[in-house]
Amino acid sequence: MNRKIVAAVLLAAAAGSALAQDKVLRVVPHSNLSILDPIWTTQYMARNHGYMIYDTLFGTDEKSRVQPQMVDKWTVSPDNRLWTFTLRDGLEFHDGKPVTGEDVVASIARWGKRDAMGQKLMTFVDRMDSPVPNTFRIFLREACGFVLEALGKPSSNVPFIMPKRVADTDAFKQIEEHIGSGPYVFKRDEFKPGDKAVYVKNAKYKPRKDKPSGTAGGKFVYVDRVEWNLALRDGQAQVNALAKGEIDVLERPAFESYEQLRKADGVLLVTKDPLGFQYMARFNHLHPPFNNPKIRQAALAAMQQEPFLRAQVGIKEFYKPCASMFTCGTPYGSAKGSDVQSKSNMKKAQEMLKASGYDGTPVVILKPTDLAAIQKLPDVAAQLLRQAGFKVDLQAMDWNTVVSRRAKKEPPSQGGWNIFLTAWVAPDIWNPLTNAAIGSQGEKSWFGWPTDDTIEKLRDQFARATDDAKKKALAEAIQVRAFEIGTHAPLGEYVNPLATRKNISGWVIGPGDIYWNVKKN
Amino acid sequence: MYTFIARRLLSTIPVLLIVAVLVFLMLRLTPGDPAAILAGDAANAEQIAAIRAGLGLDRSIPVQFGIWFGNMLQGELGQSFFYKMQVTQLIGQRIEPTLALATLTILIAVLVSVPLGVVAAWRFGGWFDRALMGFSVMGFSVPVFVLAYILIWVLSLKLGWFPVQGYRRLADGFWPFLHHLILPAITLSVIYIALIARVTRASVLEALGEDYIRTARAKGLPEARVLVRHALANAAVPIITVIGIGVALLIGGVVVTESVYAIPGLGRLTVDAVLARDFPTIQAVILLFSFAYVLVNLLVDLSYVFFDPRIRY
Repeated sequence: MNRKIVAAVLLAAAAGSALAQDKVLRVVPHSNLSILDPIWTTQYMARNHGYMIYDTLFGTDEKSRVQPQMVDKWTVSPDNRLWTFTLRDGLEFHDGKPVTGEDVVASIARWGKRDAMGQKLMTFVDRMDSPVPNTFRIFLREACGFVLEALGKPSSNVPFIMPKRVADTDAFKQIEEHIGSGPYVFKRDEFKPGDKAVYVKNAKYKPRKDKPSGTAGGKFVYVDRVEWNLALRDGQAQVNALAKGEIDVLERPAFESYEQLRKADGVLLVTKDPLGFQYMARFNHLHPPFNNPKIRQAALAAMQQEPFLRAQVGIKEFYKPCASMFTCGTPYGSAKGSDVQSKSNMKKAQEMLKASGYDGTPVVILKPTDLAAIQKLPDVAAQLLRQAGFKVDLQAMDWNTVVSRRAKKEPPSQGGWNIFLTAWVAPDIWNPLTNAAIGSQGEKSWFGWPTDDTIEKLRDQFARATDDAKKKALAEAIQVRAFEIGTHAPLGEYVNPLATRKNISGWVIGPGDIYWNVKKN
Repeated sequence: MYTFIARRLLSTIPVLLIVAVLVFLMLRLTPGDPAAILAGDAANAEQIAAIRAGLGLDRSIPVQFGIWFGNMLQGELGQSFFYKMQVTQLIGQRIEPTLALATLTILIAVLVSVPLGVVAAWRFGGWFDRALMGFSVMGFSVPVFVLAYILIWVLSLKLGWFPVQGYRRLADGFWPFLHHLILPAITLSVIYIALIARVTRASVLEALGEDYIRTARAKGLPEARVLVRHALANAAVPIITVIGIGVALLIGGVVVTESVYAIPGLGRLTVDAVLARDFPTIQAVILLFSFAYVLVNLLVDLSYVFFDPRIRY
């Protein structure tokens, strides 16, 4: 009898343990999580960490439309200068304290000091206040057309809402406390940098009733715990672990792995972010030869997108050429002005280079050897530019050296550069205010530092425009000018489907790596 | 003996000082800006400059060195630029997996290689000897990551005996701990088996040609006793030396194995810190490795006394 009782207890314990294990979602994220302040850095891993534990005032759905999230309702004064927002009921931080307008005002203020779009918004903001706990107001000096887009911005830096005491931290210092009101609670005591990060379900979270879509809609949580495996970074080991069921999700497999993943039992590929990413080549406008717009145009003409996409992605259904500098398939995606690149060919590029007065100055291209997602692009760029008649100096280094070096404004001969290549997630480049490569304020701009008053005037008009048709026309005008002066070369778009075990479902379509609504059966 | 130990320990101070200065200077003089890496992809020059100032990297190198050195003298190794944690705490989190892997690796290597080397010397020129020498050449030649993938494919994916990745702490239970560690330890031990087996074979072979072995055999001692008590004991010093070097190399040399098997140890921490230009972490880890190297060498030197009574300090 005693044996039977012991056996029953053991069986029950084993079943309980298995059940508990089934509720753990084991994820291999695309990179390491090192910084826990998503306002202090623009790193995507910090942004993803933010989405786990914080909530946002607005979200962006899978059709790129801004939708309310923490906000219940809002009103705008007839002159578009006073915005009044009411928070929905039941919003609570992980420490049990209610979310108030004061928390929101402090959070927006801190974000507005760091994020490019936030900084732009703050140039319009006269003041913000919270007349009653569930309300906050934004008073503008003059009307602007991107208040909601800014507050619902889905990618770095996302205006996450933090408790006032945390948001009051100097924007140039990292926060020490990681408490939000989002669907998961961060287990600070279990966080081991380079090993794992753990999030548990926020049982008190009250999701919206709407269908989840992008970063908008209901954030329903169906697992008890999400574990990010930060130690598993070898590409082949990741595939092996997923095939054997030791992990549930592989966020961003290497393109070379897809064939093996397709053949693996129990593994599914999911394109949850159809807008994906865009590759780009950035010219350094400060130094020869790319301080000459005619030479930048010749380089643009040489950089046909297909060779880049074929070499780097290789899988036809995962990539598409896109003539737009703003993400194709989003409101401002357009081919206007792109003929210099999209309707060009090598012969034309050679003629343009000859006519440009190019004197044979070598083009220093930075090539990261350790970042599989972009490491082949510089080789293609070098080859195409050589074919066009450029003299090329392809310099290999690790990605973090590229990151350090591209910030240098010195001439290439003194440690500077002429071209680097990178990739952006769709929301980061889908309008003229978020697209850092379009900004043309000279040395205040993103690396490459283009200067162009026309673009800046147009961007300013775009910021003020409140009419969608006018905004679209302005975005097109900005793109036409950007191609004219050759701010950068868009190199096409691609998706990077995640790989998951077949018992995982409920993926929310839209940009970003988010883990609400995900079910483990 | 105690004077010898004290002298050796004191001699580590200049060694560590030289290492500290060299590492500090190398990190500051090689390309790479931690502030640019920390800021993220969309950051502009102003944001990077603000972060650089926050980290104190806008000061001159002598000033930075003075601050760091002063803190180090007080036992303060600094805070990781990236993780906002004390480096000592970070190392504390990572040292267990590396020590566990290194210990099991050396254990497997010694238990396998020493008997193999002795038998090969005993059967010098025979098939076993030739096979062991062939294995040794292969053990040296096959890169660790290739061996790791082969072992994972066969023992984990096909036979399902071991997990393909991960680490379980000893606190989680002895079997999960061992189960996750066996495959990486076997992978890493192959090269040490090859190395120690060759040295053991050569040393025992030399000892077997000595007069005292002939005497022992003439006295009618069993062959096993001749091999272990007379030949192996007299051949121990070079074997211990090579094991000691192996231990020292292992502590800092487990990077590839830790990467392939996703073991969050010191090797992986070092690589991450180097790639991210996390200066305080790199400096502390390299100092730790240097200290471990010196300490292991001291222990090896001390162990000679027990294996060879003729040695006195």
